[in-house]
Amino acid sequence: MSTESLLLSITMAVAAGLVGSFAVMRRMSLAADPLSHVALPGIGIALALHIHPVFGAVIALVFGALLVWVVEERGGATTESVIGVVFSAALAIGSIMTTGEDLIEALFGGAGALTWSEKIFGLLVATAIVLFVIVFRNSLVIMMVSPDIARTAGINVRWFDLLYLECFALTIALGLRYLGVLLMGALIIIPAATSKRLSHDLKSMLWFSVMLSVISTTVGSGIAVHLHREAGPIIVLVATALFLLSLIPRPAERRRIHG
Amino acid sequence: MMAAVPAENALEVNDLSVHFGVTQVLKDLSFGVAKGSALAIIGPNGAGKTVLLKTLIGSLPHSGSMHWAAGVRIGYVPQKLDLERDIPITGIDFLKARAAVAHKATFDMSSVLTLVGIPLDVAQRPIGTMSGGQFQRLLIAFALVADPNVLLLDEPTAGVDEPGQEQINELVRRLQKSQALTVLFISHELSVVYQYADNVLCLNNERAWFGPPSTILTPESLRQIYGGEVSYHIHEH
Repeated sequence: MSTESLLLSITMAVAAGLVGSFAVMRRMSLAADPLSHVALPGIGIALALHIHPVFGAVIALVFGALLVWVVEERGGATTESVIGVVFSAALAIGSIMTTGEDLIEALFGGAGALTWSEKIFGLLVATAIVLFVIVFRNSLVIMMVSPDIARTAGINVRWFDLLYLECFALTIALGLRYLGVLLMGALIIIPAATSKRLSHDLKSMLWFSVMLSVISTTVGSGIAVHLHREAGPIIVLVATALFLLSLIPRPAERRRIHG
Repeated sequence: MMAAVPAENALEVNDLSVHFGVTQVLKDLSFGVAKGSALAIIGPNGAGKTVLLKTLIGSLPHSGSMHWAAGVRIGYVPQKLDLERDIPITGIDFLKARAAVAHKATFDMSSVLTLVGIPLDVAQRPIGTMSGGQFQRLLIAFALVADPNVLLLDEPTAGVDEPGQEQINELVRRLQKSQALTVLFISHELSVVYQYADNVLCLNNERAWFGPPSTILTPESLRQIYGGEVSYHIHEH
């Protein structure tokens, strides 16, 4: 792996760790998967039009996030139903439009070398996502506890909701070449879920999530090279193994329970 | 009977109505809240008390007018929030977040905690593990971080044990006096309302009553508001 590809995958992992922290705390874990599916018809359309599939995926994901945002305004069970129906349909349509090698690649990642435009676009987007979450983490925390008190604190809740959802969608887009449509949601959610088990304050939540995401990505990629396998599934398996390890009660935890 | 018209109001509400689809929750409400006074909002469940507070903070669409005086800074303390126990946000994180969003360069965490009576070790715990009373105080502390001059409290003592309830009521009372706050609070405890409120806004599904407790909280009007017999005791302090 070239230096800039390594740098890009680490930046992507940092973005996934940060975005994932808030996704897990906001109980959005289940939305990650269906939203990532919307990338597939985008890839299909891009291939049909002979433009770069990643850009088709980005546009589809940005619109997908916008759709979730619009539907969320109505609230309640409608959101879940719409996400379930629309994004499963997206997966079906995408599967019809994309076939053979292209489909396997889109679903599970793994591909030839990244182009320069992809690398630059990826680095810029990942940096923007990292900055967004770090700069606005306090507003995101307050919104998560209660949108109503966030409003009285002068936070534009609807606007931040949209920005966060778009960050989430773009993080999925970042990982498509590595992990694919089916697995990128897992890299966002699993390290953050592990971190949530290990942390009891915001700082440790964000740090652990980022570190676990970076470790999963780099170690997973390394093992994949060694085994001559695609990186995506192995990255997710490393993240899952770390999660399983976090389930073992620590001495500190036992003390808290009995103390 | 009308309450005395105050010289300067923190809030003026005229003909305020709120609909959820075809259901009308609030209809043509008009009242004013004098600066530095306490307004209690009472009424049976489902009368729209929480809806009123959420409308006043701008969370719900409405018709009619609602004017906060210039320079009003609102602190809102919502009803019991549904939090996961293991959410990795401590009381300190939560208060720091408020100070950061308010762009407060200097923020004396310990004095806010002392003011609401939360020990530091409790504030360092994840918010989902706090007791009802501790979290309620934290929400009040959160509201106080940005130096509000109006406090809106939605049943601040719901789910809190009785000694805790009295401490929270006393705390709000003390803050109101010491910091000249205007307070709007929802309560089901008529004795507390009688003791603390300058005016009472009483909602039921048909109409609203507004005036000082001595006029509103009579057995006769309470029968109309709640329907049936309502009895309460006024604690003498």
